[in-house]
Amino acid sequence: MTTLRSTFDPTSEEARANAEAMEAQLAEIDEQLAIAVAGGGDKYVERHHRRGKLTARERIELLLDRDAPFLELAPLAGYGSAFTVGGSVVAGIGVVEGVECLIVANDPTVKGGSSNPASVKKSLRMHDIARENRLPVISLVESGGADLPTQKDIFIPGGATFRNLTRLSAAGIPTIALVFGNSTAGGAYLPGMSDHVVMIEERSKVFLAGPPLVKAATGEESDDESLGGASMHARVSGLADYYALDEQDAIRIGRRIVRRLNWRKASGPRIAAYGPPRYAADDLLGIVPADLKNPFDPREVIARIVDDSDFDEFKPLYGSSLVTGWAEIHGFPVGILANARGVLFSEESQKAAQFIQLANQSDTPLLFLHNTTGYMVGKEYEQGGIIKHGSMMINAVSNSTVPHISVLMGNSFGAGHYGMCGRAFEPRFVFTWPSARSSVMGAQQLADVTYSVSKASAEAQGKPFDEEGAQMIRGMIEQQISAEAMPLVLSGLVYDDGIIDPRDTRDVLGVALSAIHTAPVEGTSAFGVFRM
Amino acid sequence: MTTIPETLDGSEPATSPAPTAITSVLVANRGEIARRVFATCRTRGLATVAVYSDADAASPHVAEADSAVHLPGVTPSETYLRGDLIIEAAQRAGADAVHPGYGFLSENADFARAVQDAGLVWIGPDSAAIEVMGSKVESKQRMQDAGVPVLERLDPAAITEAELPVLVKASAGGGGRGMRVVRTLAEVGGAVESASREAASAFGDPTVFCERYLESGHHVEVQVMADAHGTVWALGERECSLQRRHQKVIEEAPSPLVERIGDDLRERLLTAARDAAAAVDYRGAGTVEFLADASGDFFFLEMNTRLQVEHPVTECVTGLDLVGLQLDVAAGEALTGEEPTMTGHSIEARLYAEDPAADWQPQSGTLHLVEIPGVAAHFAIPPMHGIRLDSGVADGSEVGTHYDPMLAKVISRAPTREQAARELAATLRHARVHGITTNRDLLVASLLHPDFLSGEADTRFYTKHDPAGLTADSGLDPHLGALAAALADAAYDRSETKVLGGIASGFRTVPALFQQRRYAVGEGELTVAYRLRRGRLELERLPDGVRDVVLLSATPQQVVLRIDGVRRAYRVDRVGEEQVVVDSPQGGVVLRVVPRFVDPSAQAPAGALVAPMPGSVVRVAVAEGAHVEAGQPLLWLEAMKMEHVVAAPAAGVVAHLAVSAGDQVAQGTTLAVVETADETMEQ
Repeated sequence: MTTLRSTFDPTSEEARANAEAMEAQLAEIDEQLAIAVAGGGDKYVERHHRRGKLTARERIELLLDRDAPFLELAPLAGYGSAFTVGGSVVAGIGVVEGVECLIVANDPTVKGGSSNPASVKKSLRMHDIARENRLPVISLVESGGADLPTQKDIFIPGGATFRNLTRLSAAGIPTIALVFGNSTAGGAYLPGMSDHVVMIEERSKVFLAGPPLVKAATGEESDDESLGGASMHARVSGLADYYALDEQDAIRIGRRIVRRLNWRKASGPRIAAYGPPRYAADDLLGIVPADLKNPFDPREVIARIVDDSDFDEFKPLYGSSLVTGWAEIHGFPVGILANARGVLFSEESQKAAQFIQLANQSDTPLLFLHNTTGYMVGKEYEQGGIIKHGSMMINAVSNSTVPHISVLMGNSFGAGHYGMCGRAFEPRFVFTWPSARSSVMGAQQLADVTYSVSKASAEAQGKPFDEEGAQMIRGMIEQQISAEAMPLVLSGLVYDDGIIDPRDTRDVLGVALSAIHTAPVEGTSAFGVFRM
Repeated sequence: MTTIPETLDGSEPATSPAPTAITSVLVANRGEIARRVFATCRTRGLATVAVYSDADAASPHVAEADSAVHLPGVTPSETYLRGDLIIEAAQRAGADAVHPGYGFLSENADFARAVQDAGLVWIGPDSAAIEVMGSKVESKQRMQDAGVPVLERLDPAAITEAELPVLVKASAGGGGRGMRVVRTLAEVGGAVESASREAASAFGDPTVFCERYLESGHHVEVQVMADAHGTVWALGERECSLQRRHQKVIEEAPSPLVERIGDDLRERLLTAARDAAAAVDYRGAGTVEFLADASGDFFFLEMNTRLQVEHPVTECVTGLDLVGLQLDVAAGEALTGEEPTMTGHSIEARLYAEDPAADWQPQSGTLHLVEIPGVAAHFAIPPMHGIRLDSGVADGSEVGTHYDPMLAKVISRAPTREQAARELAATLRHARVHGITTNRDLLVASLLHPDFLSGEADTRFYTKHDPAGLTADSGLDPHLGALAAALADAAYDRSETKVLGGIASGFRTVPALFQQRRYAVGEGELTVAYRLRRGRLELERLPDGVRDVVLLSATPQQVVLRIDGVRRAYRVDRVGEEQVVVDSPQGGVVLRVVPRFVDPSAQAPAGALVAPMPGSVVRVAVAEGAHVEAGQPLLWLEAMKMEHVVAAPAAGVVAHLAVSAGDQVAQGTTLAVVETADETMEQ
């Protein structure tokens, strides 16, 4: 038992300023979340309700076990695009009849639930999560199909939706489709590719082509019900396994299906009775400095997210710019790598590589807490082999087979982002704090580099250098990069699985870790060649 | 009041029967009275023998008896009314005395005689006295002869308008069975017939008689105890004016009427009672019942030749153990010393499994929890300001339809009447009786009603004050109850979950909707929409009249809220999956859990009439296809010894009849389906 001792004073002026900055950023994100929650807006929600239908979120709430957690994923997909924030899909991990499932629901109040490029990106990401963590998938289907004006961004990549579903099934991961409304044309393959299909009387409509198209193609006169009604599919085609009388009934049946999956998790928490952290989660608002130039001690964060604030640090005296150590979160053991002073040196890289190997030896998932500006540069460090050592770390991260989770707390720049298991390194989950910033390098540095390169180029060519214009460009670049490094932008591109309130970090990680343990957790000893 | 002179040579005194040693007592009864008798037996070192029907195999009275004998069957006529089997049981178990309790065979002279003929001690009066007093007709005559004021008997055939209203009463038995109040001449014939049928079924004797019915009055009765040596004690009076359907609900000693009128009223009553007992050479415990008016005039009603349900209040004010005295007297001992008098006040409330708001319908089911707080004594006199509990049930007891629906008697003892009433009311309010609807709230409301507290309440109390109205403001505000229930249910579900149990309840990173739980109270339905955000409670709608609710703690069993700045604790108990009971110092509320999902195939068809309680179908009045009017009786169900009519909810056609006479039905069984005119047309 090694209890972390906190020296953080939440009442200090600095902490209060930090918290104020964090709250301002949270407010900005809440604003976007409110847009996502509103879906198609009051008018469409009301019309939907008038038709006796539930919204996507209402369907999900009814499907979930009451009072059980629901970890919504990628709620801000599509931010920064022309489409409504959320990608016309509500998705997340929730508990249904005691089984953690990946739930994907079309939001029919947003353009009839039609798919836009953000929807596709989000849905495919959900399938990744289901596959990697072996979570049964429940699709709550009601979609008008592809958003035709953007079909070029949807049609070809979107095919993976159907491929994924049947591959999940092939991997023994159950797929369930509750069809609440339209699921036509390509959408018809969604129930077609699912293991279990529920359709609703006079609501579900599943056909390859509707009456006008059929008429045009073959001259046959037909109607919706005979082409694709629930009754027809339940009694004639056999596409529907269950015939529900209404939406509530469909959800009831969906829950019964899950109940009968006989689904077993690979493992649960290692420790059943654990204590909460000894320090208040509220403090997490004030730990990250308002100005990310100032480093902060990640142990203050660790003390507020791990069980009983109990943390056994590995190599505390070596490579002290990266904190490594062991802890449990909601009873699940984790190895934690957390940047302490931003920069990664050779020692930190080697320490990280060793720590990752140890976690693989003991089948322990890894948590990366990002606040890095990258690997150290400079003659001394290049000569000292920083590339070799950074590569060791990236090699270890890339080939490690224990599950990884990344939380971007502050800076996550350059190759440091890669070494700390950025999105491209396939962590099981990536969550972002509102205070995070991520890009190839810091905005100011990037602007500086551009400025000096252009100046050097002008000088080399003997051309006159437009100092004023260069400074203006420098400012613009810094602004652009700053904006692009913002969590909302990254989240909009589904580069993370959600921006979270720092106070929620422990529970978010708890849900993620539990989901992860649905699949076996196994380390490896097979890494690439470490360049020593 | 002299002691028996003991003779040196052991020969018996010429004038008195020999003291008979009692070593082992069989109680020919069940429930609380069996336990009451056993309690005294135990303190006296006597062995105890219980008898039990199929339905009572798991009852507390069986568990605590030294030995018990099974009486196969369920109905009283198969079991507790089978004198032959009971005597055989006594012999088999080695009992040498039989205590009949009250009800069943307690006033059956043949049984008393048979017990004695079998060489067993009968703990009760001689069969001759039972016989005389058992006949209401003859007993009245005797009383009239002895100068005790009586109401004259009327010939049913010759009743005149001026004599109305009249009371039709079964000559045998009591407890309100076979009793009818008739207010019009036209009803007389029918009432006599049905009372006679009920009397025959309940007591095996169809004889009924009529007398003038006094609309209002005070039920005042005197406890007597007589020995075989000529001593008759009148142990003060009791008042039992609060009655429903002629069954007592609240009883007390002394009588507020007698106290108020004063003068020599008490002495006149006690004298009349002593005379009544003496007139029939009474021996043992008995009760002489009178109806008294507000001016202090009283009329003899009947004498109950047994221990009375409400005997504890007399014990509490006299300090006597009446069962102990019964044993003494039965053993031939004499009552010695001064006739005891009353000190202080004692009130008994009968906790019934019944729904006062639904025409006192008896309730059956499983008693999930019975918790009466602060009980100072069981079946014995409590200290002053103490509560006595005489209970026949325990957690998990099954309450069936075959026997009396009384679950327990809660008795207070205090120096003054006001204190006794308030202490009893408080105890009942804090009691937790879950699983079955009881008259608890009504008891509390009655005890605290101004008419009761003033001592002026008479037998019309529940006619004047509708039970539903009395309890309308009692109990916990259902909205607060539902809120507490929802939060406790949420905590319960979280505690039961196998995954993510450690994560905050209802954890959401994107809070959008509220968790919903629905509960039904009476006809209404309440929805609680709530969510917890970092431990803070958020409600979609605050309960009416509440400005602010803060959640202090929530476990499956208890929810503590701060409501408008006041800390309030609620205890929550789940009764199966269907019911949640919330108790608080402000009262309790029973909530039916509205299921989240309904399986459409499990839903009863519209117009289906279901059995309101388990029972047997006595008579079916219609056939399938019959056209019926709204309210037209379709069939009769007998449960708890009472007939319940099942009537058409609306005009229509009997589309389906699922039962026939004689069928046993469980609660909720579909009995018939009536299609309304509209539905018929559609088809």
